[in-house]
This record gives sequence, C-alpha cells and structure tokens, in this order.
Amino acid sequence: MVAIFVITAMVNPKFLNAYNMQNLIKWSSLYAVMSIGVAFVIITGGIDLSIGSVVGLVAVILSVCLKLEGMDPWSAIGVTLALSLIIGLIHGLLITKAKVQPFVVTLCGLLVYRSMGRWITDNQSIGPMPMEGDAGYMNLKQIEGLDFIFSGKIALGTFNLPTPFLFLLVLSVAAAVFLKKTIWGRYLFALGNNEEGTRYSGIDTDRMKILAYVLCSFFAGVAGILFAFELDSVQPAQTGEFYELYAIAAAVLGGCSLRGGEGSVLGVVIAAAVIRLIYNSINMVGISTHLEFGILGLVILLGVIGDEFLKKNIHRKQAASVP
Amino acid sequence: MLEVSGLRKSFPGVLALRGVSLKLEKGEVLALIGENGAGKSTLMKILAGVQPADEGKFSVDGKETAFKNVNDAMDKGIALIHQELNLCGNLDLASNIFLGREPTKHGLIDEARMAELTKEFLLQVGLDLPVDTLAGSLPIGKQQLVEIAKALSSNARVLIMDEPTSSLSQKETETLFDVVTQLRSRGISIIYISHRLGEVIRLADRVTVFRDGENAGDLAKEEINHDNMVRLMVGRELSEFYDRNTHDAGKKVLSLKNVCSPAYPQIPVSLDIHAGEIVGIAGLVGAGRTELLQTIFGITPSLEGSLEIDGCDAKITDPKKAISAGIALVPEDRKQHGLVLPMSVRENCSLPSLDKKSTRGWIDQSAEVDGAQQAIESLKIKTPSPKQVAQFLSGGNQQKIVLGKWLAMKPKLLMLDEPTRGIDIGAKREIYKLMENLAGQGMAILFVSSEMEEVLGMADRAYVMHEGNIAGELSRDQLSEESIMNLATGNPMAA
Repeated sequence: MVAIFVITAMVNPKFLNAYNMQNLIKWSSLYAVMSIGVAFVIITGGIDLSIGSVVGLVAVILSVCLKLEGMDPWSAIGVTLALSLIIGLIHGLLITKAKVQPFVVTLCGLLVYRSMGRWITDNQSIGPMPMEGDAGYMNLKQIEGLDFIFSGKIALGTFNLPTPFLFLLVLSVAAAVFLKKTIWGRYLFALGNNEEGTRYSGIDTDRMKILAYVLCSFFAGVAGILFAFELDSVQPAQTGEFYELYAIAAAVLGGCSLRGGEGSVLGVVIAAAVIRLIYNSINMVGISTHLEFGILGLVILLGVIGDEFLKKNIHRKQAASVP
Repeated sequence: MLEVSGLRKSFPGVLALRGVSLKLEKGEVLALIGENGAGKSTLMKILAGVQPADEGKFSVDGKETAFKNVNDAMDKGIALIHQELNLCGNLDLASNIFLGREPTKHGLIDEARMAELTKEFLLQVGLDLPVDTLAGSLPIGKQQLVEIAKALSSNARVLIMDEPTSSLSQKETETLFDVVTQLRSRGISIIYISHRLGEVIRLADRVTVFRDGENAGDLAKEEINHDNMVRLMVGRELSEFYDRNTHDAGKKVLSLKNVCSPAYPQIPVSLDIHAGEIVGIAGLVGAGRTELLQTIFGITPSLEGSLEIDGCDAKITDPKKAISAGIALVPEDRKQHGLVLPMSVRENCSLPSLDKKSTRGWIDQSAEVDGAQQAIESLKIKTPSPKQVAQFLSGGNQQKIVLGKWLAMKPKLLMLDEPTRGIDIGAKREIYKLMENLAGQGMAILFVSSEMEEVLGMADRAYVMHEGNIAGELSRDQLSEESIMNLATGNPMAA
C-alpha cells in the first residue's frame, strides 16, 4: 500500500494534493463500511451478493421519502435503516430456517431489490435534495443538515475531513470490538470454523447466523444513506451495481476466508482503502482506465496468495511447537 | 509375497508408527489386531498408497518397491476395502466397479463388455444381481461384497479389509467369511483388521499384533486364542488397566421412558442412570447408540416419550437446554463435533461456558484464561500454551480439551461417545482414571463403546443395542464378551 502510495505520488504530484486525498478518504470510507458488513457474513462461512442492490434500494427509498414524500428527515433515515435490518432478517431466516443456500438467497435478493428500486422510481434518477415544488421542500433546512452529517466536510486547518470517515471510524471500532471482545463475536468465528461443533457446544448457531446477515444488510443500509447524499443523484438502475463484489473483494483481500472462521475488521478496512487507492493511482499515473479491472484482479489475487503463504508458515511453526 | 520392515510414520503431534514390520504369504489370511491408535489403519493407508511413509522398506514378490499413490498400489495388486464404504450410491454396480477403469471402444464406454465383466466379478463374491442395480439401494453387507468385487476386477492379489464386519449383521458376516475363505483358496492374500477376536480365531492363519505403533508379537495358527491376543494387545493385565471401584449408586439422574429418536421413530427406548454409576452402551456400529446420545443431548430431539432429569420432566429440544439441565456430551467425532479445530485450547475450553465467563456479552478474558489453565493442569493436557491451536495436538490431548470444556460446567451426567477412539494407550488410561474419579465424585457417566474390552473393564452396568432397540441390560456380573455379542447381533438366545 505504501509502495503504491509513494510511486503514485512521484509520478503525479497532484496525487498528494488536499483535494485528491479528501476524495480518496471519502471513497475508501464508503466502500469500507460495506466491506465490514459483508465480513460478518463471510466469517460465518456465508456470502451476501445483495449488498449493491441494498445500497441502491436504500438510496432510492431515502430519496423518495425526503424529496417526494416530504417525510420527516430523521424518520426517513429510521425507515431506511429499518428496511435494511428487515432485509437482513429475511436473508437470515431463509438461510437458517428454510435452509436455502446463502448464495441463492442473496442472489435473488440482488435481483429483487434492484428491480424494486427501479419500479418505485419508474427508473428515473432521483436525489435526496428537494427542489422548489417538491413535497420535501419544507424540510430543506433539515435535509441540508443531514447532507452535512452524511457527506459534509469538517475543516481541520487547511484539510477538510470528509464526514463518511467518521462513520467508518465509529462503525469499524464497534465492529472490531464486537468481533474480538464479545461472546457473539466469538460465536461467529466458532460457527464459521465448525458449525456442527459449535452447535454441540450448546450455541444457537441459527440465531448467530441471522445476526450476521442482519448486521451485513445494516452496514449496507448505512452505506446506502452515505452514497445517496454523496451522489446527490441516485440512478435506480446503476447506483450500487457490483458494489457487492468490491465489498467481497475487500473482505477477502483483508484476510477473510470464504471458507469462514477468519478475518479482522482492520484488515478489511485497509483492503478497502487499498482497492480505492489502486483505482485512484491508475487514474493519476495515467494508465489506461480499461486496464482498471485487470490490475485490480491481479492485486487481489496476489494479496490472497501471499496471505495463504503467511498462514501456512504460521501453521508450520505452530505444528512444530507441539511436544 | 508382501513384506514391510522398519516402517515409520509421524503426524503432527503423534508418532503413529515407530518402525513396524509385517510379512504376508501368498494365499493366507493375516489378522492384524491392536487397540485403537496402535497404528493399524495408518499402516493400511500406507500400503494402499493413500499416505506416504516417512521411512521403511517394502518388497513385493521379493522385489524392493514403494507405494507412491493409490494407482501405484493398485498396479502392484494391493486393494484396500475401506471401513467406510466408498461406493457412489447414485451409480449402478457396473459403473462403480469400473470407476476410472471403464473398458472403452472407440473412445466411448463399452457398456456391453462392462456389464459382462461386472456380472462375472459379482458372481465371484457370490452376488447374483442385475448390473444396473444402484449401489445405494443395496444393504451395507452387499455393498461391501461389491467393494470386494471391485478390488478383484483390478486384479488385486492382496486385499486389505479394515473392520469389514463392523456394520454387518450376523448373516452378512457369514457370507463375508465364505467369500474370504474362497478367495484364500484361490491364492489371494488377505490382511484382516478386526477388533472382534472371535472372528480372528475363526478366520486367521496368523496374527500380527501392534501396540503403540510397534510390533507387539506374532501368533501362529495354533497359538491364536483369546488370552494370547489380549495379552499382546494390552501388554499388561486387564485389571491393572481398568482400575475400577464400585460406588454406591445414588439417586436417579436420568430416566428415559419410551423415547423415540428420529433415526428409529418406531422404536421406543427406556433406560435409567444413577449418580455415581458408569453405564456402558454396547452394540454394533449402526445399532443406534450415537443417535440415542444425540437425542438425549437435544441434537435430534426425541419424537415421543418422556425424559426425566433428577425426577423432573425435562423437554430437551436443543443442546442448550440439555447443557442447562446438566448434561454434557463428548461426541464420537471429535474433529467435527467436539472441537473447533482452528481455534485455540483456551477458546475451545470456554466455548460452552462463555456466557458464564462474560458480563453483558463482554468476555472476561482473565476468567477465560483461568478456566483454560485449570483444564490444562487438572487433565494434564500437553500443550505449549493455552493459545495453541487445537488442530495440532494429538488425539488424546484433543479429547482432553473436549472433556475439559464440559467438566468446567460441572455436569450431572457426562455422556461419552467412543471416548478413547484414535488416542494412544497412555491417554486412554488417563481417561479411564478420570471416568472412575468423576463417578467417585457422584457424576453419572454414560458411555458408548465399540471396544468390548472397554465395556467389560469400565461399566458397572451395560445396555446392549441392536438395530435401534435396547436388546438387553447386563449387570457387571453378567457382562462377558459372549453375552454382549449375543444381544448385539440380535441372537434370541440372549443372556
């Protein structure tokens, strides 16, 4: 990461300017929030493909509530977060009680939420900010307040810190503490490694899995709100498209195994930042943007291979230390 | 025709074979016996090319050689009939027998020839079945014969049979014996691994005994008898190994009345167990013993009947309820059900009691560490530190972790499913001692075992199961290899 940073800075000095840095931090934060969410699910050995669509749907519904319906702005935030919790709950119930595979449940979710967003808006782009004549215009002041909270900048001397970074800070610390210091975090790791064995220890594994999907969708919901205010104009067909893949890529690059039972929040946040950094660097250095995906794919692959090597070494050392 | 010498093999944490040797003549049945963990299965896997040896010499027909992989071993005429059958249930017999070696014509499978050959090999093992029968539709006994036919079709000259009768009925066992005898008369050599000493006496031409990964001795045909075999296997007198005192049975801890497990929904089971008692459940593999323990523990909740704990009716619908009622289960499959292998000793020890070692969800790290330390000391778990990942410890130490995680909860009833499977003799002895001590402290212990010696040595009382039923109950004076086998095989002459 440091290497990419230094090289890019050398090739294009503009990379280091305040504006670019602010952007980089902002986008990294937005992506990292989603990635932390999916990390919970991946730690249990599951997968969530619906994140991008949840982001899109939440952004659409929030915009509709604020702009067209004139709903009380804080209630609108509450409604969208509740919606994302319910989506997660439905995923969890389908996976644990109806025993449908996570891949299938969330793939269907991906399709359903995307089309719901398009249907609600008749596929017209929409933003959270009301104009004169919109039902939400009377709440303009409050909505502008929200806009500052979710996509504002706080001046620190000459540097403007984007507010999404604060969300990331709070959510990632909370997630890390949850995973490492509470019994529920421990149960998630245990069941990701060995679901049956965890059940034999008297732990309600179904409930823990549902919790993981609820958290994942909740984080996607928060990301959806952040994106809605960030983008100003939400495209029902495109906003959030493929984001689930970025989130999964960041989680995997950050040390989560898709087999379950491994991962750390710090790793995931760093990986999300690396992915954004690579994007930014490609633009800044002037490499053809057509190569973006190719470079990204190779970096993730190399990262994961390196990680496996490290793990193997650690394992070997541990095996050797047994009397 | 097959000779092995100086064979060594180690796994992380265990030295499985410490220089064993074995000699097999053409057309003989060699029985290989030994306690669990003596190294029999490891040797077989090496001979069949499943695992490489660390060191050792092999020769086939006097020529030195090595077994690089399964195909290589098969080319040399060695075939392993696995303890767990490896047929594909969704394929028919012909496809199973010729899996990977299908006769072809112009690049396509030659169905006609395959059917013809299959018919022939099936007849050799006494099966007269249509070749398009699905393997999964056959009972275990016939599947085993199909496995043998499969081995014959690859021109096997040495058949290795690992516990072939462990899941067979009496009648199926007889058929298998006939087939084995026939194969021997055709010059095929057989390595027969079994715990059933009665079978060994009937079948074997020679016996090789392993103990703790070493040769404990050989017995010629005329020396094969029960006492000689046990003496070599255990290496000491039995009474010394199973150190039991009788305790006054206390009040009733658990009582099952007509409980039906989902595995045998039609068969009601009743049993009682008292504080301070060690009760064994004997029976053949597949008799429903594990399923019964799982039902008591709430993994597969009972469909009917009542379950009383300390005289009060208890509804146990999941393991959590069982645990809070004071029941603990050390499962048969340690790796799948007992432990979370990639987690540390500490994390494994605390898993079921974690909510007691926490306040409002926050893990109390020091309570967790203390708990693990206590388990390590009291059970003498050999680990470099509580942070060690459970995966790399030996079977015996892993089993102690499973015990440790339950003992921390001070259960009233400890259920053990095959408590000493796959662990070395030293750890075995410690586990027996522990069972004795716990019973002395008033814990009720219910254990399932396929090892006859273990049931005879440890149980104050035993239930014997047969096809889901409790076929009988035997007091300590009535316990004998014969009385158990009679009940376990559904013999109406039961004691």
